[in-house]
Amino acid sequence: MKAARLLPKSAPLVLLAASDREVIMKPAAFDYERPQTLDDALKLLASSDNAKIIAGGQSLMPMLNFRLLAPELLVDISRIDELRGIRETKGRGLSVGALTRHHEMETSKLVEERFPVIHEAMQYVAHLAIRNRGTIGGSLSHADPAAELPMMAVLLDAHLHVAGPNGLRQVAARDFFLGALTTDLEENEILVQVEFPGLPKRSAYAFDEFAQRSGDFALCSVAVILSWSGNFLTGGKKIGDVRIALMGVDETPVRIEVAEQLLSGAKHIDDPLLEQVASVIRDTIQPNGDLHASADYRRHLAYTMSQQTLKTAWQRLQGQTDED
Amino acid sequence: MSNLKTISLTVNGEKVVRQVEPRLLLADFLRNELNLTGTHIGCEHGICGACTLLVNGDSVRSCLTLAIQVDGAEVTTVEAHGKPDSMSVVQEKFQQCHGLQCGFCTPGMLATAEDLLNKYPLVTEEDIREGLSGNICRCTGYQNIVDAVAAARDEVRSQ
Ligand SMILES: Cc1cc2nc3c(=O)[nH]c(=O)nc-3n(C[C@H](O)[C@H](O)[C@H](O)COP(=O)(O)OP(=O)(O)OC[C@H]3O[C@@H](n4cnc5c(N)ncnc54)[C@H](O)[C@@H]3O)c2cc1C
Ligand code: FES
Ligand code: FES
Repeated sequence: MKAARLLPKSAPLVLLAASDREVIMKPAAFDYERPQTLDDALKLLASSDNAKIIAGGQSLMPMLNFRLLAPELLVDISRIDELRGIRETKGRGLSVGALTRHHEMETSKLVEERFPVIHEAMQYVAHLAIRNRGTIGGSLSHADPAAELPMMAVLLDAHLHVAGPNGLRQVAARDFFLGALTTDLEENEILVQVEFPGLPKRSAYAFDEFAQRSGDFALCSVAVILSWSGNFLTGGKKIGDVRIALMGVDETPVRIEVAEQLLSGAKHIDDPLLEQVASVIRDTIQPNGDLHASADYRRHLAYTMSQQTLKTAWQRLQGQTDED
Repeated sequence: MSNLKTISLTVNGEKVVRQVEPRLLLADFLRNELNLTGTHIGCEHGICGACTLLVNGDSVRSCLTLAIQVDGAEVTTVEAHGKPDSMSVVQEKFQQCHGLQCGFCTPGMLATAEDLLNKYPLVTEEDIREGLSGNICRCTGYQNIVDAVAAARDEVRSQ
């Protein structure tokens, strides 16, 4: 992915006569196209070596307003109908079109039913006016280290479907996020949809997030999925699939596999085990300190929030009976 | 600039056709081209909420939206929420509860409140505070704004 152009191409502020008034334009000038099909969008991207996609604009517009980016061509994909919609896939999975808006995801019954963890995480994404326009594809492509959607993709082992000049390819979420604001996407590629494979039937989740103000980017967030495996009737049930994802504590959302392995196979989770797992999480993550929170503080948040979330998920899992 | 594009949209019920530069923000289009200065601009990067207005009924940041992106859409600014002698329910409650002082944040607060009332039950005060958390007010301390939205909720729900 091309690094953000840090210096504006033209003078910082351009005063232009528009009718008889003077209007200050914030972004630097660009051409604008609004293709109706994916094919046309790909052709437009290929036609310029400084083109940028705009979907909801909720992350791109601030960068244009401050001239941190000055593309020559803006390709507005927001009216390409084939990129829209939430569909069921086999095995209780869901596929979500890149143009699905945050608010649609937040209110989707399908999402709430199949992936309650996404439903809950969506409550923490920005504010209504931003959720009304921001898209799932935009959030994944922008890859803010403290964004909820990339974390959900990593937690749920999602597949990202990407269209480019040579056709479609699929990328596993864990290979897609390369760093802060950096993904595996090439400049001439478009994220088309994200596919969330279904979860094991007997599973429970928990999600928690800490931010300074409701709707702000998170200082730390933890999401957990626990599933039963084994035979319920013979009493051989134990914890099978375990997923633990954190964000806000590194450049990308992270899965903590060593912690997952500690829990997988356990028949019961007690407080000492929770403490042990949370300590492993705290010692594994590599948070950066910044204006909002020191690295130590983020480690502390990760430690306490992991214990809490795991405990909640465990309680929910225990509530799952044989008939579920 | 050469690359002017024609957009046609409805603003406060009236059809508007204009030539714009693609980089023109919706907020600047309304204020400078249409003289609708009720839409206020604070931070220009989505944080303060002052520029919030309604596009096809949804609240939207007009500083994070290009005029050309709302081509074909229906835009409602504070100028169309009501008039002094026929205020909207939300406006009326802001007046009764003293939900504004300098009024800078008010247009954005009103648009946000309209959309929140449409989309969420807003049962508790906490729900209202969370819903308004993307709109900054430097005067009121928020309490009266929260009260105004709660009063509007009660009135709308009782109808
Ligand atoms: C005040 C504020 C608070 C916010 N708080 C949060 C928060 O708490 N949590 C959170 O997750 N987000 C938050 N956001 C960001 C928000 O979620 C954005 O909507 C989202 O990150 C980007 O989606 P978009 O459709 O608006 O993308 P755009 O802004 O249009 O694009 C973002 C980037 O992705 C690229 N892009 C977009 N779509 C595609 C695609 N289909 N294929 C390839 N590239 C693409 C663009 O070229 C651009 O580089 C906040 C934003 C603001 C302004
Ligand atoms: S001016 Fe648009 S949010 Fe502040
Ligand atoms: S009334 Fe002055 S900013 Fe809100």
